[in-house]
Parts: sequence; structure tokens; C-alpha cells
Amino acid sequence: MQDQDFILQTRGLSVYYDTKKAVTDVDLDVVRNRITAIIGPSGCGKSTLLRCFNRMNDLIPSARVEGQVLFDGLDLYGHDVDPTEIRYEIGMVFQRPNPFPKTIYDNVAFGPRINGFQGNLAELVERSLVRAALWDEVKDRLNASALSLSGGQQQRLCIARALAVEPRVILMDEPCSALDPIATLAIEELMRELSEDYSIVIVTHNMQQAARVSHYTAFLMVEEARVGFLVEFGESRQIFTNPEDERTEAYITGRFG
Amino acid sequence: MVRADFDRSLEELEAELIGLGEMVEKAIVKSMDALERRDLALAYEVVAEDDQIDEKRFELEEKCINLIATQQPLAVDLRTLLAVLHIAVELERMGDYAEGIGKICMIIGEDEPVETPQQLGQMARMGVAMLQRSLKSLMDRDTDLADEVWDSDDEVDALYDAVCHQIFLDMGQNPKTIEAATHFLWVAHDLERIADRATNIAERVIFVVTGRIGRYKPPGELN
Repeated sequence: MQDQDFILQTRGLSVYYDTKKAVTDVDLDVVRNRITAIIGPSGCGKSTLLRCFNRMNDLIPSARVEGQVLFDGLDLYGHDVDPTEIRYEIGMVFQRPNPFPKTIYDNVAFGPRINGFQGNLAELVERSLVRAALWDEVKDRLNASALSLSGGQQQRLCIARALAVEPRVILMDEPCSALDPIATLAIEELMRELSEDYSIVIVTHNMQQAARVSHYTAFLMVEEARVGFLVEFGESRQIFTNPEDERTEAYITGRFG
Repeated sequence: MVRADFDRSLEELEAELIGLGEMVEKAIVKSMDALERRDLALAYEVVAEDDQIDEKRFELEEKCINLIATQQPLAVDLRTLLAVLHIAVELERMGDYAEGIGKICMIIGEDEPVETPQQLGQMARMGVAMLQRSLKSLMDRDTDLADEVWDSDDEVDALYDAVCHQIFLDMGQNPKTIEAATHFLWVAHDLERIADRATNIAERVIFVVTGRIGRYKPPGELN
């Protein structure tokens, strides 16, 4: 693959919280319009790495980033880059669904309104809800509170909200960990559909989920001497059937440590 | 140790697979013994005992399915379980060939005047050795040994050609023996297939160890 096939690239990326290192020297290429899963044990820095992709770590005062994150070749941490604008291009969906205590409609319209969206807002809301596979379930109650939705619906609403600002990348941090298996499968199905038009990076503890849903998998690890380093990156089918590194093998077969 | 229970299940499963292999080995040896000695009771035993081999295969298959469903195996665990599934089928089919030889034995009967071609015994010994080595290569995760099993198949094939040729010659010289000789052709075929199945097992061993499906080395690289 060539550089233009990658939407996000990290080069020598390290992240510190104060003096404590959380991510060490990661070189990772995220393939355009594919789903990349980041897996690894607790504390291996996978969420920290994910947050580097839309500068969410800027919101943590003690966090410091070294190395480069390239977004379509642009240095995300460059001096003239506005992190807020980056977050429109690179949206995020969190572990727990976090809809605003507003109507379903207003949740989806929120981002575009702030952006000063000039087009047909109702159409944009509908399109986003359709894309998030939620439209049919909510079209008759767009003015109901988002909080009246089930957990799985709320998470799809959050995805619709992220889609409404027309991002190119969607970051997902354990997006299904608060959902039941059926709602989880609905989100996974949705991810596969969205990956035709968006690049998705997902952090998950659920190995089966990474295996089911992702095209590529990155395995991060933590050792006594090193924290948050990349052990192996490859096509998911290879990682989950025949990983090259014995540490990956030990982790995905549940024989870690 | 994480997943100690799963590890134990895998070990037991493999031990049972080896046990199935030993049952099949005995069946082959017994069937050839019955053929050489024209021992119909022994032949009948081989035929009757094939049911146990079939049952064991289904039992192993069920255990694999249960482990796949409940343990979500990945990487080497997944490859091992898939290999056990495949190898159990290979062994069961080898058992069927032994059963086939037993049946031929019963058809030929005690009074058959035609002598059993000697190379058949040799083919059977080689097939049994290949079976033993393929299972040992599994136990030891030994791809070199698995490769050797592959290589020895050529010898069995050569022997098969030779024995067929000999049987055809005998048929031409003594047309009265054509019926018995045709049965021997079937025995030769069964033995040739037994060796082939041993190479399939070796192939699965290579899959378990390396993750590669199909022949380990491209034909050009083989000695």
C-alpha cells in the first residue's frame, strides 16, 4: 500500500501524562475506508492512542504528545491546526452513549447548527439517522427526548450525531461495552456499512468483536520497561488465525501473562 | 494459568484423537492379517469394529464443535481444533478402507487358491508407518516429520503401480484368477488411499504449526 491509502499515520508517537509514559513510539497506518481495531490489555494505551487521532488528549492538561500524527498527510499537531475543526473531520463515539438531554432531532442537528450549517437541516438530520440505521425507529418521534431511547438506540443516535457534521473518520472507544449482544451486533453491522464511506478506528476489549468487525488489527502491549508499544499490526484475518508475534498469540488466545 | 480448563480440554481432545489413530492402525493391521491368513472371523471383527471408529469420530467432532462454540478459539487454538476435526475424518475414512479390506477378505473366502500379492503387505506396513509418523508429527508439532510423511507417499504410489502391474500380468497368465485378482486390486487401492490420508494428516500438522493451508513446500522445493 502507498501513503495515499492511509488516512491516518502515526510516526514515532509517544504520549506522556506528566512524566508517565502511556504510549511509546508507535508507527501505525490507518487504512482509508476500512475498520481498524486497536486491541490490548488494560493500561496498554489504546484509548490514549485513539484520542491522539482527534487531539482529544489536548483536553487533559497533563498530557503531552511527541512524534507525529498525519491526517491525509497533514500534521495534526502542527501549529496552525485548530483542534476543534479536526474534531469535525474526525468524530468520536464513546463507551457509554452520551446523548444530550434534548430531543432526538436536536441531538443530530446540534453539530451542524454550531457549524452554521446553511443547507436543509431536516434533510441532513434524516440522512444522518438513516446512515446510522436509526431513522425507521425514530422518524415518528423526532421531538421525543433522546433519553427515552434504549441504550443501543442512544449509541446509534450518537453515531448519527457524529455523522451529521460529515466527518471522514469515526473513532470509537469501546462503543458496545455498555450494550447487550443484540444492540452490539446492530452497531457492528452499522460499522461495516459505514466503512464503505468512512474510515473507522475502534478500541475494543472484546477480541471477538475486533475479529468480527475489523479489517485490520493493531495489538498494543504493556511491559514493565515499556508501556503502550505496538507489537503487531496486520489484516485481522491473519492476526486472529495466525499471528506472527508470540505475544499477540498469547493475548488473543487468552494466555496472556 | 489462564484458561487452564480449556488447555486441559485441548490436551484430552488430542489424546483421544491419537487413541482413534491407534484404533485405525489396529484395524489396518488386523484386516491385512485376516487377508493373508484367510481368517474370516478376524475379517468379520474388523468390519464389526468399524462402528466404534465411526462413533469415536463423531464424538470427537462433537467435542470440537462444543469447544468452538463455548471457548471462541483463536490463532493456534482455532487451528488445532480445525485440524482435529479434519484429522478425525481422515482417520475415520482410513478405518473404512480397513473395513473394506475386511469385506473383501470375506468375499474371497477361506478357500481362495490365489496367493495374496506380497507387495500388498509391504504397502500396508508403509501405510501404517506413515499413519504412526503423521500422528507423532502432530504430538511433537514436528513439521520435518510431517514433510517426511509427505515424501514417503511417492514410494507407496510406486509400489501401488508395481502391484497393479503384477496383478494385471497374473490376470493375463491365468484368467481363472481374474475375480480374486480384481479384489486384490481393490485392496491395493484401499492401501494407496490409506497412505494418501496419512499425507492429509501431515498437511494438517503443518497447518497447526505454520497456519499455512495446503502443501507446506511448493513441489519444486521438494527433494
